[in-house]
Parts: sequence; structure tokens; C-alpha cells
Amino acid sequence: MFIAKEIQTAAYLFASILFILSLSGLSSQESAKRGVLYGIVGMIVAIFATVMGKGVEGHVFIIAAIAVASVIGILVARKVEMTAMPQLVAILHSFVGLAAVLVGIGSYLDPATQALTGAEHTIHLVEVFVGIFIGAITFTGSIVAWGKLDGKVPSKPWSFAGLQMMNLILVIASTVLGVMFCMAEGTSGLLYLGIMTAIASFVGVVLVMAIGGGDMPVVVSMLNSYSGWAAAAAGFMLSNDLLIVTGALVGSSGAILSMHMCHAMNRSFFSVIFASASLGPKGEKKAIEGEVTALNHEEVANLLKEAKSVVIVPGYGMAVAKAQYPIHELVQTLRSAGKNVRFAIHPVAGRLPGHMNVLLAEANVPYDIVLEMDEINDDMPDTDVVMVIGANDVVNPSAQDDPASSIYGMPVIEAWKAEKVIIMKRSMSAGYSGEDNPLFYKPNSEMLYGDAKASVEKILSFLK
Amino acid sequence: MKVGVPSEVSPGELRVAATPKTVKRLQKQGFEVYIQQNAGVKANYSDKEFEEAGAKIVPSAADIYGKMDIVLKVKEPTAEEVGMMREGLVLLSYLWPAQNQELLQKLANQKVNAVAMDAIPRISRAQKMDVLSSMANIAGYRAVIEGSYHFGRFLNGQITAAGKVEPAKVLVIGAGVAGLAAIGAANSLGAIVRAFDTRKEVAEQIASMGASFLTVDINEDGATASGYSKEMSKEFIEAEMKLFLEQAKEVDIVITTAQIPGKPAPKLWLDYHVAAMKPGSVIVDLAAATGGNCALTKNGEVITTSNGVKIVGKLDQLPTQASQLYGNNLCHLLDDMGKAEKWKIDMEDAVVSRAMVTYNGKINWPPAPLQVSPTAGGGAKKVVAPTAEETAKSEAEAAKKKATTTLISLAVIGALLLLVGKYAPSEFIQHFTVFVLAIFVGWQVISNVSHSLHTPLMAVTNAISGIIVTGGLLQTKNDPGNIMTILATVAILVASINIVGGFVVTHRMLKMFKK
Repeated sequence: MFIAKEIQTAAYLFASILFILSLSGLSSQESAKRGVLYGIVGMIVAIFATVMGKGVEGHVFIIAAIAVASVIGILVARKVEMTAMPQLVAILHSFVGLAAVLVGIGSYLDPATQALTGAEHTIHLVEVFVGIFIGAITFTGSIVAWGKLDGKVPSKPWSFAGLQMMNLILVIASTVLGVMFCMAEGTSGLLYLGIMTAIASFVGVVLVMAIGGGDMPVVVSMLNSYSGWAAAAAGFMLSNDLLIVTGALVGSSGAILSMHMCHAMNRSFFSVIFASASLGPKGEKKAIEGEVTALNHEEVANLLKEAKSVVIVPGYGMAVAKAQYPIHELVQTLRSAGKNVRFAIHPVAGRLPGHMNVLLAEANVPYDIVLEMDEINDDMPDTDVVMVIGANDVVNPSAQDDPASSIYGMPVIEAWKAEKVIIMKRSMSAGYSGEDNPLFYKPNSEMLYGDAKASVEKILSFLK
Repeated sequence: MKVGVPSEVSPGELRVAATPKTVKRLQKQGFEVYIQQNAGVKANYSDKEFEEAGAKIVPSAADIYGKMDIVLKVKEPTAEEVGMMREGLVLLSYLWPAQNQELLQKLANQKVNAVAMDAIPRISRAQKMDVLSSMANIAGYRAVIEGSYHFGRFLNGQITAAGKVEPAKVLVIGAGVAGLAAIGAANSLGAIVRAFDTRKEVAEQIASMGASFLTVDINEDGATASGYSKEMSKEFIEAEMKLFLEQAKEVDIVITTAQIPGKPAPKLWLDYHVAAMKPGSVIVDLAAATGGNCALTKNGEVITTSNGVKIVGKLDQLPTQASQLYGNNLCHLLDDMGKAEKWKIDMEDAVVSRAMVTYNGKINWPPAPLQVSPTAGGGAKKVVAPTAEETAKSEAEAAKKKATTTLISLAVIGALLLLVGKYAPSEFIQHFTVFVLAIFVGWQVISNVSHSLHTPLMAVTNAISGIIVTGGLLQTKNDPGNIMTILATVAILVASINIVGGFVVTHRMLKMFKK
């Protein structure tokens, strides 16, 4: 039983609409769940319409592959911890990249496309070539990103002087290979395709290796974008509008996210991607004055008891320590004592856009007390206590007053304006930007050393 | 380096510029500390305590002013004291440079490098050395205690078996550091507190300390860039006086804190205000030393008017506590100036250059203005705001530039599209149209996504990008040995993991978001 080409096209159109609705559903918490439902329905419609189409063979393999994949996918997605979400997203991106490479090679080998002639044939070859190129970069880049996020690969930027020159040469070499590939007869271009895939894979690795852990939100969303473009390229080579539309949606969504992130860090997109921000800062650094003073847990608990308004600034350290549960308990305790407790989230806190929101949501923190940096900065001078939990660069005052700092100009949460700032930290080490943080030396800041989770639990014990 | 602390000669001055605690701190900074005999007695610090802390006691003021490198003092020096000072001495003291030109001249003639602690600029970095704030804090607190003492009643309301006690009403005029401290103290004693200030920006601070903010119906803001208030228009003052008259009939304790640096205190509470008050009410005038905010205040005295209102023009200084805080302020400044080891008078430094009122025989007053309004945001650098005109101009220029860039890029895109149209087959053009439109749709849709949902968004787009599975679906063949079947099956497998995993994980995340 087959469905006609027209019906299939109509089904694809329906699926495209559902995907667009799915993304727009995510604009607010209330409609987000509906958005996911649209996405799932769209995907089912798309897969059915494709499988039912004329000329699809090998149903056994298709069903088997999807069945196995569903089991794996459900198991992994159920098991993964919310703190490991960035890793999961990164590794899933690599799957899309891999699929794009495989589909590209398959399309090249497909006898049907071999029959094309003239401009159509050339265009198809270019599409295959570009699709595989993007796919391979996405594949290896995402694996490296996963490794960095998971701590398997050192998160420090790994770079050398001629890196950009080398990348340029590799891209030129790929272009030359591409021309040779287009001229090759039959399937004899496979060799060029293979070399180019190797080069692109290498470029993917180097590209992400050169980017520091602090810029990971940008990288992850950039790879998200790449995976979309890879899908769109596959759509071109297969003349499949659904793939093109969906790929373009995902591609532009990832791109806009990356730009949001860059904007939040006051960096240009190119400086993040080409890691040029690691160039030395301009001018003399401001000397940091004052001394670091530390409190113990009981003193912090007493400060909290007296405070009327408390703001919590979480960062990656909270994710690492999995401190969101005790933090939620702390917030509940303080709120039931009639205190105004809120969270201030910096756009690039964590290793993934919106990372902190997800973790706090996991711990059942109501989302209406979780505010963005811009919403809460004005309230800082009236805040009694700010608790900085595992965050560093996002509360660094150098971003505002030290032009020599590498993060100068980046919008930050103005924690220092509060009456008292408590910084929970494992040690005095610098943040991901490698910048020392003058906040720690301010007269109104106090340090509380130790693991975030253990510390919060200890504070809680004094509050009860 | 030797640091000396003389006795204060003014009979009303109970404080001393060092305490045993700050002596220890000074030694840690590398200074040798000398204290004049009995310098701390009035502030309850004995010579024995100073000695135990490591200071050496010297018998006379001449030993201090003549032999030390740095002298720490509270009240501005008398002519006699200045006469004893040696050349090159660094003096840290209250000096009130705006009122004391003559004193500055004397100090300059004597080649004394004098730092006026009251002229420390009020910027964030210098807060720890700001003696005006630390002393005002004490004064504000003390004003409530003295006011309550002279008032002779409970401040809080009580309902007891013996009857009901109404809470006292306290009016605080001027919500600077002293005013806010007074609000806090009065509030914690249970009084109903109201506060007035010409600067609208302090309304929130007043509310945060627990008082209600009184204001007049005239829209005029007294805030200036210096952080002090300016003089208001005639209409405003009239309305203010009317408001005060209404309040005078109601309130029990009035605490006035309005001061203008370098000028006599403004007269805010006039004779008819006093006349309107209930017998037994109290006015505590914190500005008594600079002429008083109340027209009837006598500096250094507590008087009772004919209608039974007490006006307090003298305040106990809480000298023990005040000396400790003042001493700490001095230590912070010495810290900033490099301690004993790297001691340096850095006239480039924003704090030192403004507070050092005489230097190398020259008078360095008044200093260049520095803006510190609480609304001006962090850091002194940001304060130079462009005027509205400049902003409008630069915006117009930017808009023009942007329009040009847009025009050029549109032309380039148009040309490229023409090229594509000329050479590419029609099918490609169709796909390309779809592609470009989809990018725009994606852009629009994603721009609306809430920031907190970026992670779920990424997971969903990730799942959706698994649509590449259709590529695999179209390529599988019935023949399991065919290379295409193998490639396609693997592609389907990984893409499907992506789809299922992405949706499940998004669902899991969204389930957690709740109000």
C-alpha cells in the first residue's frame, strides 16, 4: 500500500507546520508541553508519510532500526541526570552529524542520482559534498564538546599560533577536493569524498578544542545550528522539502541562540568561534584591593535569619555539586519565614543556554521567583544578602570597571551592590575566563569555602 | 614609621583617634604607635590598655606633633596645635576645609600634609574610610535614644491590663546615613516612623528601613550628582513647610539631619512649627553644630520652650564605639596609602588627591568634582553620560549607517539570487525558496522563545533535526548486502535515537517547570 506523491507532500507540509508550532510553543512555560506534543506528532506524520511513499524498500531494516533506537533513546533520556543535560544534548548533535554523513554517502552511491546529467548532476554533487562536510564537522565537533562537558577532555582552550591559518588551508583543500569530486566520473569520486570527510572531521575536532569551557553554551548552540544545516543540505540532495524546512528551522534557531549567548557575553560570534578572545587584554590590569574574609556556616545562617531580601546567584558550581535540592529546601525555609527570596540567572550561567533554569525546575523551584539578570539587577541595592553559589565570572565587577579585563563590557549580575555578598566556592581559583574576581575582595563580601551541596545543607541545619 | 595619637583638647570631644584594637592593626601595618598620656580616657580606653596593645605612651602633645611621621586626630587642630607641628608631618583629622580656610593656610605654611577625613570622596571604594558615614550612623542611632530619653514615654504601642499605650510617632527629616540609622533605630523600638527627604531616589531606602516616605505634591527632585541634595525652589519649600506644619501637630519626636557640606544647615523647622507641637514633644537636631535645622536650636544645649517642647542640641558621642569606628576608618586609609612599607602620598589617586587638602605647602582645595549619586551605577567611570542631544545625534548616525549597510547587503543578495536563477535548474530554485523562507520563519519563531526555556528548546530542535531519518528511510534497499542499506540503516538508527531521546528528555524537563 503506497500513498500518492501529492498526499505525501501534503503530509510533509502538515509536519512542517507542526514543527513550527512546536518551536513557537516553547516561547512560554505554559505552552511548552503542547509544543513538544506538536513536535512528536509532526515527526510521526513525517516518518509515516515517508515510509508509505512509493519506492521505499527494506521495511524490515527500517522497523528494526527504529525499534532498537527507540529503546536506546528512551533508556538514555530517562536515565540521564539533569546536571548531565549539556553532555546529552552534545552527543545527540553528533548523531545528527553522523546520520548526515551516512545519508550523504548513500545519496552519492544511489544509482538513481547517478543517472542525473548536466547542471542537475553537478548541483547534486555539490549538495552531497557540502552536506557531508557540515555533517562531519558536526559529528566530531559534538563528540569533542561532549568530552569537554563530561570532563573527559580538558576544558581549557587548546590552540596554537597557526591554527586559523591551518583551518583556512584545510577549507581551501576541501574546496579543491570538491571541484575534483564534481568532475569525477561515476562513483570514482568516492576517494575525494573520503579525504574531505577526514579533513572535515579533523576541522570539527580542532574547532571545538580551541574553545574554552566557559564558551560552551555558544558551542553547543552553534553545533545545534550545524546539525540543522546538515539536515537541510541532506534535504537538498534528496530533493526533500520537509528536510529542507526542518533543517533551516533548526539551523536558524541554533544560530540565533548562539548570537544570544555571545551578546550576553559581550563577545562577537566570530571571536568565540575562532577563539581569538584568548588574545591578551588591552592595557594594565587594575590592581585588586582589599582582603578576602571568610565566614563559617553558622554565621551565614545568622545573616540569612536577619535578612529580609535574599537573592541567590547560581552558577556551574551548583550543577557540579548537585546542590539544587538543598538550595530549594533552603529557599522554602527562608520563604516560609516571610523573606523575599529570588534567583538571579545570568544568560550564560552554566554550560548550556538555560542550564540553571532546568536544574532549578528539577528541584521544584517555582519559576516565577527565578529571574533574569536584567529583571533583578535594579533590585540589588535593596537586597540584604546575595548568595553566589558556584558562579564567578557572571558576578565579576571587572566587567564594568576594568577596561583591561578580558570580560570588560560583559553584562554581569551586580551582586556587589547588595548589603552583603556570600560567595560559596571550593577554592580561590579563577572562573572560566581565568580572570581574578575583585568581588571576593570587597568589604561587603564574605567567602564560604566548601562543596556547595554540603555547605547549603549545613546552613540549613543551623536555620532549623 | 612613627604614628602618633594626641589627646583631644576640645572639652566636648570625647573621642580618640586610636583604640587598643586599631593600635594592634597599625602595628600589623608596620607602624610604631605613640599615644599621648590619657588620650583615651574620655573614650574609656586607659593608657594601660594601649600599652598592652603595644603602643608607647608619651607625656606631651609636643612629643606627638614634633616627632612623628603621621598624626591621627579627631577634631580639627587648634592654632596652638598647628604651631607644634613639624614640617612634612602627615595629619589625618577632621578639618572641614570648606569652613576653615584660615586653618588650611596655617597648615600649608607649616608644610603639613593634611588629610581631611571629612573630605574623603563618597565613592564605593572609599566607603571603608568614610568617617562621615560611620559617625553619622552613630549619631542617627543616638538621636533616637536621646529623643526617647527626653520624651519619657514608651515608643512602642502596648495594650496592657493597666490600659492602652499609643505608639510614639517619629519624624525623621533628611534620609542620609544618619537619617536612615535613626529610622532603623526608631522602628526597632516600635515607633511609627515617617521620613522626609527632597531626593526622590531615597524613597525606597526609607521604605526598606521601615518608615513611610512623606513627600509634597510638587514634582521636583533634590538629588544632585554629588549625592547631597540641592536647594529647592520657593514653591517646593512652601509646600514642604506646610507639610511640616501638619506633621508638627501629630508627631512626638522630630529628628532633623539635613546638612549641606560647607554651608550652614538649612532652617527647616521654624518657630511656628515648634509652637504647633504638643507639650512634651522632643526635637533632636543633629545639625546643631552647623547652626541647626530648627530655628530655636542652641548648639551644645538642651532647652525647653515655653510650650513645653524640648530641643536637643547636644548629643553624646558614644565615644568608645565612635573611636573604634573612626580608628578603623583611619586604618583603612593608611592601608590604601601603602602601609608603612610602601608608604606613598599618591596625588593621582582619586581618594587621596581629594582628601589631601594641603600638600607640600600648597592648599589643594576645593578638589575636582566627583559624582556619586546612588543612581549612577557602579564605578566612577560610567558617570559621564552623554547629553540627550548627543545621544539623539549618534543614534541618527547609527540608523543612517545601518540603512546603508542594509541597502548594500540587499543589493548583493539580489545579485547572487539572479546568478543562481540564471544557472540553477528550476527544481533547485524551488527548494531554495523553501529553504530561505524557512530560515526566516525559524528566526522569527525563536526570537520569541523565553530565556529560561533555551535548554528545552535546544533539546526539541535537536529531536526535530533527527528528521534526517527520512534520508535514511528513502535509501534503504531490500538487499541486506547492499552498501546503501547498511549506511541507511545505521543512519536511521542514530537519527532515531536522536528523535526519541530528544523528545523524551524535553518532556522530562518541561514536566519539572511549574509555577
